[in-house]
Amino acid sequence: MSSLEQIEITTEELRHLVSPRAIEGDTILLNMGPQHPSTHGVLRLLLELDGEIVVNCIPDIGYLHTGIEKSIESKSYEKSEVMTDRLDYLNTMGNNLAYCLAVEKLVDLDVPERAQAVRVIFAELQRIASHMVWLGTHMLDLGAMSVFFYTFTQRERILDLMEMAGGQRMMTTYFRPGGLWRDVPDGWVEGVRELIDDLPRHFKEFEALISKNPIFLDRTKDIGILSAEDGLAWGVTGSTLRGSGVDYDIRKAEPYSGYERYEFDVPLATEGDVYARYWVRMKELYESVRIVHQALDKLPSGPFRSNNRKFVPPPRAELGESMEAVIHHFKLWTEGFPAPKNSVYLPVESPRGELGVLLEGDGGPKPYRCYWRTPSFVNLQVLPMLSKGHYVADLVAIIGSIDIVLGDTDR
Amino acid sequence: MHAQLEPVLTDLEQQFGASQSEFRGQARLLVAPQHILAAANALRDQHGFEMLAALSAVDYWPERTPRFHAVYEFKSLAKNLRLEVRVPLDGDDPELESITSVYPNADWHERELWDMFGLRIQNHPDLRRILMPADWTGHPLRKDYPLGYEEVQFSFNFEEIEARKPRPKE
Repeated sequence: MSSLEQIEITTEELRHLVSPRAIEGDTILLNMGPQHPSTHGVLRLLLELDGEIVVNCIPDIGYLHTGIEKSIESKSYEKSEVMTDRLDYLNTMGNNLAYCLAVEKLVDLDVPERAQAVRVIFAELQRIASHMVWLGTHMLDLGAMSVFFYTFTQRERILDLMEMAGGQRMMTTYFRPGGLWRDVPDGWVEGVRELIDDLPRHFKEFEALISKNPIFLDRTKDIGILSAEDGLAWGVTGSTLRGSGVDYDIRKAEPYSGYERYEFDVPLATEGDVYARYWVRMKELYESVRIVHQALDKLPSGPFRSNNRKFVPPPRAELGESMEAVIHHFKLWTEGFPAPKNSVYLPVESPRGELGVLLEGDGGPKPYRCYWRTPSFVNLQVLPMLSKGHYVADLVAIIGSIDIVLGDTDR
Repeated sequence: MHAQLEPVLTDLEQQFGASQSEFRGQARLLVAPQHILAAANALRDQHGFEMLAALSAVDYWPERTPRFHAVYEFKSLAKNLRLEVRVPLDGDDPELESITSVYPNADWHERELWDMFGLRIQNHPDLRRILMPADWTGHPLRKDYPLGYEEVQFSFNFEEIEARKPRPKE
């Protein structure tokens, strides 16, 4: 009996995806996922296996499709913001940032310096938090349990700071078009400083645990090699591409939110294997700490959001005294603000790569089209190429090294 | 707009009769559907746009000509340039040439265009739905595809909604 009959898709649909040996029954077809722990979410991989060796790998995404783009198109600009948190739940502040920048560019709205600096601090803390989850789960996939607990402890401290400012651990919706929801509370600056003074010590600890571990080296060196040419052709971005030696970081290439004011390096590795991608992300952690240090030292005082009343609601205290403020408040929360009939595409550097927002207005208060160019969606496309000829256990290491988030893949 | 982008725009205008526009410093080209594959080739080989950064579409329904815009975002790392190319498409069942032979990562993007907008991609190696189930009818991101929602139950319409609420089968 052909093993094809056990799989939902018909033989005809499969014929061009797998090798002829699968049709004859020489190789095994195996579903990995949708709920496999090492697929980092709801990802189904249809594997064609020759013994333990991957002959073909067919990713099947869409199990988590939430239709967020369509939902955003039915809400006003300000109200859509809460949807963006739910896209990539390890990079909520980064999604907020991309969306806010796109709205601000579309309607031509200035952001005060203080808001820009706080945004950078949170975006970098979020990058560290995201890399902590990546490191923990990646190591878990490779069989190291304790790193997971260590990294999650550090991540928790960052989430505490986010809760302090935004009132929520993950779905903060803290950045708003024109600035921030509210100013950072008392004690927050001290909290961040304490955290970043302490973090590098832990990063060194992780490196000491992992970097020269012989099992880890065996599992990651020369596995899943992505060449620079392939990376560019397949549109791969972020640490995954920088592990192949391509110097491309949007924070450097097209600075946004004042990144041009901070000094930091872009770590590069040339090997392009799982270990190179691990190495790049570990070095990035130190760079993020460096950026946060500079942003904290230069944190400007002043307003935390724009005072352009056509786009940003007035402070609550003004509502009791000023009729003007009441009118603006009422107009903004009932009608929203109109955006020109045109579109902008705004890319930012998320922990996973280029996170782009295509935002098109139609002259009304709702986005006519809001497309998310999510890095995981594009990066995941190289998985079949990287995994061919490797063992199933290596496939697990490769998935971890691409650092996908399925909410980011399916949108 | 970036000065280095000027020769690229004029070249594409001459070769393919594209028309350019600009908004907030972002350059945009309108290319006819029959030229998109050649234009993508020219962008990669002659002008150094190594990367297809993003590919999506916009539906302008109830407008018919053009009903859709396919939106390509090209990126040149060497020159640090970005260029948006838009392809206007007419009618309810438009066809679009695949550019997977030039930029392999267009593969999933184009499957998404087919799945979400119903743009029929010509010469695509594996045109299946990607985000929706294989047997789904309709293309959800079209503007004439309604956004589903659940009606809120109040005391005045409680029984009416209760009567047609889906229940698990016995």
